[in-house]
Amino acid sequence: MKPNTIIILGLLAIGAALVLLPFVWLISVSFKPHAEIFTTNVTLLPHQITLTNYWKALTQTDIPRYLLNGVIVTGSILILQLAVTVPCSYAMAHRNFPGRSLLFGGVVAALLVPFHVTAIPIFIGLAEVKLLNSYTALILPFAATAFGLFLLRQAFAQIPSDIIDAARVDGMSEMVIAWRIGFPLCAPTVIAFSIFSVTAHWNDLFWPLIATTDPSLATPPRGILFFRDEESGDDVGPLMAGAALITAPLVIGFLLAQKRFIQGLANTGLKK
Amino acid sequence: MIRRAITDLVLVGPAALAIVIFIFLPAIVVILLAFTDYQFGSSTANWIGVDNFTSLFGSKIGRKALTNTLIYAGIVIPASVGLGLLVAIGLHHLTTSLPKASNILRAIYFLPVSATLVAMAVSWQMLLHPSLGLINNWLSILGIAPQQWLSNRDLVLYTLAVIGIWQSVGYNMVLFLAGLAAIPKTLYDAAEVDGVTGGWSRFWVVTWPMLGPITMFVIIVTAANAFRVFESVAAMTKGGPAFASDTIVYAIYREGFVYFKAGYASAITVIFFIALLLLTALQIALVERKVHYR
Repeated sequence: MKPNTIIILGLLAIGAALVLLPFVWLISVSFKPHAEIFTTNVTLLPHQITLTNYWKALTQTDIPRYLLNGVIVTGSILILQLAVTVPCSYAMAHRNFPGRSLLFGGVVAALLVPFHVTAIPIFIGLAEVKLLNSYTALILPFAATAFGLFLLRQAFAQIPSDIIDAARVDGMSEMVIAWRIGFPLCAPTVIAFSIFSVTAHWNDLFWPLIATTDPSLATPPRGILFFRDEESGDDVGPLMAGAALITAPLVIGFLLAQKRFIQGLANTGLKK
Repeated sequence: MIRRAITDLVLVGPAALAIVIFIFLPAIVVILLAFTDYQFGSSTANWIGVDNFTSLFGSKIGRKALTNTLIYAGIVIPASVGLGLLVAIGLHHLTTSLPKASNILRAIYFLPVSATLVAMAVSWQMLLHPSLGLINNWLSILGIAPQQWLSNRDLVLYTLAVIGIWQSVGYNMVLFLAGLAAIPKTLYDAAEVDGVTGGWSRFWVVTWPMLGPITMFVIIVTAANAFRVFESVAAMTKGGPAFASDTIVYAIYREGFVYFKAGYASAITVIFFIALLLLTALQIALVERKVHYR
């Protein structure tokens, strides 16, 4: 190894240790017994390992409920987004209809509007139809995904029109072509978008904080804050165990499918 | 003909309707609301012109949210882009000699991007805890006085900025790695023929100019994300102490959904929207320029 390489490796390793610090700390404290957390003689790693904190978090708190809500909300958002987006993306790529370029222009324009901008009117609208504090309020506003429409339209456009025409000659209906021919051929983009969507909504705090006040509807980030604000400062161990449980699904997913995650979270943005 | 129109409608209708109802209509309504004194729950709203904007820019608290966001972005953008570039160059250097180590390090740097920020904020809060936290304990070993990282009003914004950098370096690193991988090796060979041999001159003659467009993209994406800072503020400081860590999006949330001042919160939203649109305009202008050069 050249000396240069060793220096670079050393510097990168120090940086990586700093990046890892909050993760190591989270896991470490979640395994520490009560007495080791509430001491002024703080150590990075536990002397004694206990599972009490996880046991408490899973049986005496609402963490399981929050995790379930997270699955329900992110899963429903993704299904709804795909159900709405796939047929429309197919049509924008492979059909000629009046207003097609207007629609595509609208999708590009909608890309410019972050969700924070639309939150107040959507809140008012949901209040008018008495839907606040419901799963619907957490899910429905995300049916509109300009990013998904844009990404999938680009992917559908890559499919040669010969394939589509052949399917039409075979008598397949347009909806069937979109789902049975187009959808599988666009799998890499669909997966990248799904990872993007699930990560964004599992981690989102802004909208759940606004749309719901009922703790039984709380998604994981909203829920962990409910838990923290309720506990009197004495339940740090279970709190850290809960936080670890909440971030674990995505972190494990990332470690198992790094390329897909990086594609979904970063490289899809490159093509924007 | 009618059959065809129905098919189009079935395919396109739901998505088009969703975009209009949940994106365009709200965007228009929020701009209109910004000029009213509407409050959530009240049955009337009066047109008050630019009063919301004058009280936003005229009040200490309003200006504080704006300047805090600018200071935060002013720290996070250069630090996160610079560090992202350095890490990417280092990892790119290691890919050939130490591919395994390079892959592990890349995964570690990217970890905060995929993690749940609110859950990690709980860990950061404990790490920075004045008496039970690890940071102050380590500092005391070095003889440095313990700090109130999240409740000292002179410090809190910088603490949040460090967490913002921690969260975004990995994202920028991945984008720079893609840019570095796209530089053709022949360019380096050609530079070597021309007498450019040292690491630094190679960087300035070949790497940096080739990374130009992607660097602009990374800066703009980082800026857009920095302007949106919300989760860490909401989870750790709630804008405090004494509005020392208040930011634009947190102010939208507080004024709108804690104090129910929908009109005023809409005005903050409009300012936020304009800032992001300016960033996008900058991005488009730069992309256009790049195309013209070709």
